[in-house]
Amino acid sequence: MDAIVDFFRVYQTTIGVIGINALLALSVWVTLYAGQLTLGNAAFMAVGAYGAALLGMRVGVPFPVGLALGALLSAALALPLGLAVFRLRGVYLAIATIGFGEVVRVVLLTLPFTGKALGLNGIPPVTELWHIYLSLAAVAYVLWRVQGSTVGRAWAAIREDEIAAASQGIAVRRYKLAAFVAGAALAAWAGGLSAHLNFSIEPGDFGFTRAVQILVFAVVGGTPSVAGPIFGATLLTALPEVLRPLKEYRDIFAGLILMGVIIYLPRGLVTLAELRKTRRLQEIGAADVA
Amino acid sequence: MAEQLYNAIFVGSIYALFAVGFALVFSVLDILNLAHPVVFMLGAFVALFFMSTFGAPAALAAVAAFAVTGVFGIFLDRVAFAPLRRRGAPPLSAMISSLGFAIVVIRLMELRYGPDLVSYPAGSLPQAILQIGDARLDGLRLLIIGLAIILMAALTYVVRVTQLGRDIRALAENPRAARLLGVDVDRAIAATFFISSGLGGVAGALLGFAYNAIYPQMGTPYELKAFTVMVVGGMGSLPGAVLGAYILGIGEIAALVFLPAEFAELRDALAFGLLFLVLVIRPRGLLGHRVADRA
Repeated sequence: MDAIVDFFRVYQTTIGVIGINALLALSVWVTLYAGQLTLGNAAFMAVGAYGAALLGMRVGVPFPVGLALGALLSAALALPLGLAVFRLRGVYLAIATIGFGEVVRVVLLTLPFTGKALGLNGIPPVTELWHIYLSLAAVAYVLWRVQGSTVGRAWAAIREDEIAAASQGIAVRRYKLAAFVAGAALAAWAGGLSAHLNFSIEPGDFGFTRAVQILVFAVVGGTPSVAGPIFGATLLTALPEVLRPLKEYRDIFAGLILMGVIIYLPRGLVTLAELRKTRRLQEIGAADVA
Repeated sequence: MAEQLYNAIFVGSIYALFAVGFALVFSVLDILNLAHPVVFMLGAFVALFFMSTFGAPAALAAVAAFAVTGVFGIFLDRVAFAPLRRRGAPPLSAMISSLGFAIVVIRLMELRYGPDLVSYPAGSLPQAILQIGDARLDGLRLLIIGLAIILMAALTYVVRVTQLGRDIRALAENPRAARLLGVDVDRAIAATFFISSGLGGVAGALLGFAYNAIYPQMGTPYELKAFTVMVVGGMGSLPGAVLGAYILGIGEIAALVFLPAEFAELRDALAFGLLFLVLVIRPRGLLGHRVADRA
């Protein structure tokens, strides 16, 4: 028992960051599940982080209200942005959202009340581990239920073939927007939690690198199921800790692992679990049905 | 003023050399090659290696940078992209694979050279100051601008006129049909990566010469600029990439000159605001031909 308590004490920050990264991975998973590649979630995370921190520090809004307002603000930004960019697809959509992300980052560097390049410091560290993991559990459960619902099936249909989905009477644009706005709100929520976990934020935390990192969590974990992004975020966040004995060769191994997963496990890390399932189904002669 | 315009054209030339290689791979293989900034950085270090180890003159070192990074590009394709291509994996996978590759190479370079600024050997770079009216212009930059324009003209010639260029364009149009018509697809892909990476490497070496300060992460800022340049000019259009590069270079310097100092940070927002506007208003870019919303 003591060993477990010690483990949590030593790795508390890492465990918190893992949960937040899992939330972020899920935020990009929502749009990926609908077949849309967006890289704006780092910017939405920034909106949530700055929103929650500023409301808490300058206005004195209670923490949960600040989180919720940050998420709302982010959703309110995502709606018109989505209307503008969802004429684009694939890589074009990704680049448009990168453009948006950079504009947000630079605006944060310029506004008078965001602390500019220094960012915000002394944010009250009120985020507890259970806040993060309760959010994660709730979000994962809701997304899992949504996946099997009309909305989830509509997203899957859009992902597989947009024209076919539209001809089936699916309101393609509306469903895409819904995924985008939901992802934005979720990323902002995670951003608010992380701001109050780390005491300080700066615009550089939310740049292109972060946007790609969030995407990598989701894709490396695997996008077919809700478990994938959580798995991916957990593994890739813990990896630097696990690889610590490798010292300066750590990043090299992390990069090689990233390549290995994407090249040899097409559907992400969760395929490792699926492989076993498929094999079992083959044994009972039901692989085709699955 | 003349000096600012001169610098704008210099910066635009580097952007253009960087972006045409990036755009070439995208137009032919639909890959966003996130390892392109690494190739750019390697070019600068290959030049350094030849100059400090063999005492090669700068011009020869730039040629070596082209050749070595070109071959490195083929290696990059074999390692990071070819396995995915065989499987018919989505473009997103290629992007992530190249990201992993980039991390590995940057770290290896940091282990070898350290993360800080490195300079070329003293006295190894040609120096000349051109005095035109009141303007004092760095002569080395003029050389670089000229060389960049020659390289881009050569690229245009290769892609438009030669048999290899026809093969590459056929591959870009439809790899299956190209193979059926007897195009050596593997050779065309290797050539695409050789040219793309070679140009990226030379761009890195030239930028290194101009600033005389190189470091393993030096390519990273150019990655985002290259996105802007490609989108403004039209995704996959090589002339578009060149035009976009000069527009961005001149726009950035103009913002630097005309914006008050407290808004200096907005200079970068200008670039990405421009990117965003073009995508929303005219998704195919200034010179793009293809429909931008294809998946």
